[in-house]
Amino acid sequence: MIDAISTLLIVAGLGFYLAGSIGLLRLPDLYSRLHALTKADNLGLGLLIAGLALHAGDLLIALKLVLIWLAVLAASAASAHLIAQQARCRETQS
Amino acid sequence: MTTTALLVLDVLLVSSLLGLAAAALATSDARRSVIYFMAFGLVLAVAWGRLLAPDVALAEAAIGAGLSGALLLAAVREQPRREYSNDTKPVQKRDRTNLKVVLEFTVTLLCIAVAALLAWALVQGFDRAPQDTLAQAVSENLATSGVSNPVTAVLLNFRAYDTLLELAVLLTAVLGILALGPARPGYRTAGPVFDGLVRWLVPVLILVSGYLLWVGAHAPGGAFQAGASLAAAGVVLRLAGRRTVGLPTGRTLHVAMAAGVGMFLVVGLSLLALGRPFLGYPPAWAGGLILLIETAAMLAIGATLVLAFFGGQPPPAINPAGGKPVSGSINTSRPRSREAGSGAGAHTAEPRQQFGEENRQC
Repeated sequence: MIDAISTLLIVAGLGFYLAGSIGLLRLPDLYSRLHALTKADNLGLGLLIAGLALHAGDLLIALKLVLIWLAVLAASAASAHLIAQQARCRETQS
Repeated sequence: MTTTALLVLDVLLVSSLLGLAAAALATSDARRSVIYFMAFGLVLAVAWGRLLAPDVALAEAAIGAGLSGALLLAAVREQPRREYSNDTKPVQKRDRTNLKVVLEFTVTLLCIAVAALLAWALVQGFDRAPQDTLAQAVSENLATSGVSNPVTAVLLNFRAYDTLLELAVLLTAVLGILALGPARPGYRTAGPVFDGLVRWLVPVLILVSGYLLWVGAHAPGGAFQAGASLAAAGVVLRLAGRRTVGLPTGRTLHVAMAAGVGMFLVVGLSLLALGRPFLGYPPAWAGGLILLIETAAMLAIGATLVLAFFGGQPPPAINPAGGKPVSGSINTSRPRSREAGSGAGAHTAEPRQQFGEENRQC
């Protein structure tokens, strides 16, 4: 049962990664590409980590995995903001 | 089923490594090349993890991909733009084309030679019986080494000479960096979002380096990974526009730089005076001595890598208000916003950085 749920979560997470990667390659401009990418980072990794934490079956490992997710959340949000801000700057200057 | 899945993973890893390496070499845009190189380092770290070498994976991710990438990006930033632009060919470049081709050819030949040598050494190792390998010797003597992580046992005990000399190389490198003169002006003061990230990321990085140092005795980790994590905190602080990034100044900085070699020599010579071989720790003390040396080495590695990112002497710590030196801690006299930052003395007096125009926040 737990195995089935964790597999389901991991597959759902991978789906978000796939969608994010396709978005990164196919979307027309930087802002929409960033938008696609942060979905993969946040939700995709979150689902992946939830699946892996269930699979690990150990509270300490699960907590470490959640810490990784939180660190990536903060880093990806901040870097997406920085990239978008930079792009906006160049736009308004030219 | 599992073996097939792992084979697919291995093939994917190897092909993406080769692809990323080729892409990094093929592109003429230096910045793009550096980003390919960083991606290469991260995939390489995964490959090391797959080879059950988590120590090397950690070092590769932290130093190979992270810090080397940051150093290379900083170097690209200091080049004038036209030199790595894709479409415009500056005139001066044409004169150097012959030299460049010869250089590239030589470097390629040398790389092929090194790769062939490594492949030969690897093949030689394949038909060696397990009891003849160094791994066997290490695990037999692990109990006397003072630590239970074989990698730390090799680095800090069985082959402590090598690590001492590695730290000496780092010390020599940092002396060369300091001889380059004052570092280039730093980056803009971070906006609220980046600043908020820095505020909790830096303490976490320092905590992580302490953890890696401590855990190195019995699990993957150790002075190099810990020092790299400490240096990452410094790099992040410099990117966020802090002047001294928390580095000590003057004599304290020099002590930190030389701490690794110094502590090694103090321990080694003390043991010599006590009638033991140089760096031949008594088994009962080995754990404590290794931790002592690793702590000093972590500080030295961290300081060295941060100074490498500065690319010269760090600016003196000057309090913009009173002109008095302030301690290098993170929280002192840090301007909260860009408006406050641009008024903060020293930065405005320095020549405008090359990227200043397009990097400016709007």
